[in-house]
Amino acid sequence: MNLTLRVWRQKSAEARGQFETYDAKDVSADMSFLEMLDVVNEGLIAKGDVPIAFDSDCREGICGMCSLVINGIAHGGHRGTATCQLHMRHFKDGETITIEPWRAKAFPIVKDLVTSRSAFDRIIQAGGFVSVNTGGTPDGNAIPVPKETSDLAMDAAACIGCGACVAACKNASAMLFVSAKVSHLNLLPQGKAEKDRRALAMVKQMDAEGFGNCTVTGSCEAVCPKEISLNFIAKMNRDYGIATLKGAGGGRAKKLQGTG
Amino acid sequence: MTLDAHTPSGPLAQKWDRHRFELKLVNPANKRKFDVIVVGSGLAGASAASSLAELGYKVKCFCFQDSPRRAHSIAAQGGINAAKNYPNDGDSIYRLFYDTIKGGDFRAREANVYRLAQVSVNIIDQCVAQGVPFAREYGGLLANRSFGGAQVSRTFYARGQTGQQLLLGAYQALCRQIGRGTVQMFPRTEMLDLVVIDGHAKGIVARNLITGEISSHAADAVVLATGGYGNVFFLSTNAKGCNVTATWRAYKKGAFYANPCYTQIHPTCIPVSGEHQSKLTLMSESLRNDGRVWVPKRKEDCGKASGSIAEQDRDYFLERKYPSFGNLAPRDIASRAAKEVCDEGRGVGPGGKGVYLDFAEAIKRLGKDGIAERYGNLFDMYEKITGENAYEAPMRIYPAVHYTMGGTWVDYNLMTTVPGLFVLGEANFSDHGANRLGASALMQGLADGYFVLPYTIGNYFATSKQGKPSTTHAEFEKTEDAVRGMTSKLLSIKGKRTVTSLHRELGKLLWEKCGMARNEARLKEALKKIPELREEFWKNVNVTGENGEFNQNLEYAGRVADFMEFAELLCQDALHRRESCGGHFRTEFQTADGEAQRDDENFAYAAAWEYQGPDKPAVLHKEPLVYEEVHMSTRSYK
Repeated sequence: MNLTLRVWRQKSAEARGQFETYDAKDVSADMSFLEMLDVVNEGLIAKGDVPIAFDSDCREGICGMCSLVINGIAHGGHRGTATCQLHMRHFKDGETITIEPWRAKAFPIVKDLVTSRSAFDRIIQAGGFVSVNTGGTPDGNAIPVPKETSDLAMDAAACIGCGACVAACKNASAMLFVSAKVSHLNLLPQGKAEKDRRALAMVKQMDAEGFGNCTVTGSCEAVCPKEISLNFIAKMNRDYGIATLKGAGGGRAKKLQGTG
Repeated sequence: MTLDAHTPSGPLAQKWDRHRFELKLVNPANKRKFDVIVVGSGLAGASAASSLAELGYKVKCFCFQDSPRRAHSIAAQGGINAAKNYPNDGDSIYRLFYDTIKGGDFRAREANVYRLAQVSVNIIDQCVAQGVPFAREYGGLLANRSFGGAQVSRTFYARGQTGQQLLLGAYQALCRQIGRGTVQMFPRTEMLDLVVIDGHAKGIVARNLITGEISSHAADAVVLATGGYGNVFFLSTNAKGCNVTATWRAYKKGAFYANPCYTQIHPTCIPVSGEHQSKLTLMSESLRNDGRVWVPKRKEDCGKASGSIAEQDRDYFLERKYPSFGNLAPRDIASRAAKEVCDEGRGVGPGGKGVYLDFAEAIKRLGKDGIAERYGNLFDMYEKITGENAYEAPMRIYPAVHYTMGGTWVDYNLMTTVPGLFVLGEANFSDHGANRLGASALMQGLADGYFVLPYTIGNYFATSKQGKPSTTHAEFEKTEDAVRGMTSKLLSIKGKRTVTSLHRELGKLLWEKCGMARNEARLKEALKKIPELREEFWKNVNVTGENGEFNQNLEYAGRVADFMEFAELLCQDALHRRESCGGHFRTEFQTADGEAQRDDENFAYAAAWEYQGPDKPAVLHKEPLVYEEVHMSTRSYK
């Protein structure tokens, strides 16, 4: 099939960006979306032009590095599918496809379709962990976890940190990402000791990064390649509320600090 | 020079204990005086960086991705082995050790493998404490499943995303240290050279991938945890960014490279669909617990729909050839068996490059829901890529490059031939011999980072007393100049070929000449062609854009330039090893029934290659593999 691409090009964070139009010819239905872009880039390089910059690494939907808003939808709009797993059989000959980067204040553009998602790392650094050092941990089976709890924690832990939830949200809220990590750890007995501080510290960092608030439209859940449930946002709000009422951190959520 | 592995003396089971006692310690107050550079943030890198920071060392950690959480460990699906013996089915440290040594076709260092089996039990405890959501039984205890090359169930898993969950555990531990200021993290920063001063590793030169800025970083020790070299084949299950650059440039600075010919071809990958293919996707080995591998008995049936081929006309070739291990035969054996039936013309799917992995019987036994619970995400992934529903028709699979057992030579302390340079995880050569068993890569990466390096690195500090140079040292300047020189050269060629086209050509050459079946004639052809292709690369590559900006094409060109050199060492090693063992199969050396024929008399050693300079052949050093405890038997899974 032959396609027309409208691609966001922006030389650097400071530069002004604009859409450029490219032809993608002889695209096979078996190609992945990123392989289609690879072929377009090969053509650009052959002409001595600078190829379109986009992020990807594992190309099997798990590393979370790929992004792209395709025709206005983060990851292209196929349920439970990251851009790298999206295949060209879902497109029609002659179609025009618009490709943009994640757009959010907290995800500044690096170049073209590449953004910086370091804000997510900083949120995890604020409290997205269990404070255990290496060594001296009890036997794995000394901490029984009911299967239902473990399964639910795994549902939350499946988040790949791609940032599609933020890109899809009209408020650029990171609540789905943050709640997935808060829920994963707060659900498990291992994470209980720091439950309150974790919720407070991660939410505080989320706000500091400039992400917007949640107005429960559910667009995040709809585009999430791992289908993380909106219910985790409710759970986090509950954990956050309880922690606030308890006055953990005295309303001044401190970063979690171990003593090791 | 003689290679000293520094393997401790004494009975096998006591070596690690004894060694830990003999290692010199750094007292807690002094640890903060030592700076450590960790390159790579996968299982080995993240676990090492966080553990070292917890001990009090000052750590700088580098990764080329936008976040340390993206490292390719994240893509491991099936599981992690540990000798917990929770299922009470006869497992023990000794059995895990023995299975691993045997699985590696008796080409791994005995003491390392025993230590790996010993610390495997601590890894599970550590990960559980971090909150890794391993699969559980209804009683709340940890669940296990079985994996290739073992007759016990010792594999722990988190659905089909075990690597992701273990990596996130290590990443979170790393984040905790970054938040505390004990680790300084450098994402989107690529190590481009090692700096060696007075024979010791004292830092790195790295490129900021966003700005192009080249910078020097000095330290008391350098740790490389930069993964394997599978992408030298262009198509592999590795992530697009995986490369050999860090360890290759260290090799050129004196760190011997061992056993590069031990490459693992994984039997269960989704077959290639066309020339545009950018990578291959693995279907976890765990599928072989319930899936049955077959092809039609007759060539004429290959074009027919799988469902129309009667049971008696199917050849379940793994079950037929290896009745005791059946579909769970180790990876090298299962891959070769698949290649054989396809070479006989009995392969299925486009180009006849595929075999069936059939779940019909398991679905009858467990129901569709039962299968979906175990492997749902894999079936979904298969459907996304192929557009086919594997609940209704069997999957088509074919072997693909997956893991590399070879790597930088390290001693028992994980230190290379350059003092102060340590190499961990897939990047080193030490534990898997000539073939790695399923669910053992995660185990080794975490063993090295959590439980081995934190002990052994202290001994280096306590005994070497080298001190940390300043980055104004002439050697840093010289190295920076060399790195800048290579970058400008790549940008100045402005030839007619893209980096991808040259990489693809190299990969195709290696797959054909140095892939699943190798022989002297083919390897010699490859050794003739690789330098020609390398010359073509340096004359005719076209790298567009500039240095002082985010330039993915330039990053890629540097990595492929290293693959162009590395490929030659890979073939040279494969040519010199005149035997078949594990993932290295030489067609000249096989038994009457087509199994690998080892030559223990002449090749029971690790081949460590020393760099001699550009376009000079590397010099071979041999580390004899001495087995004190196990008897080197012929591997049989029949």
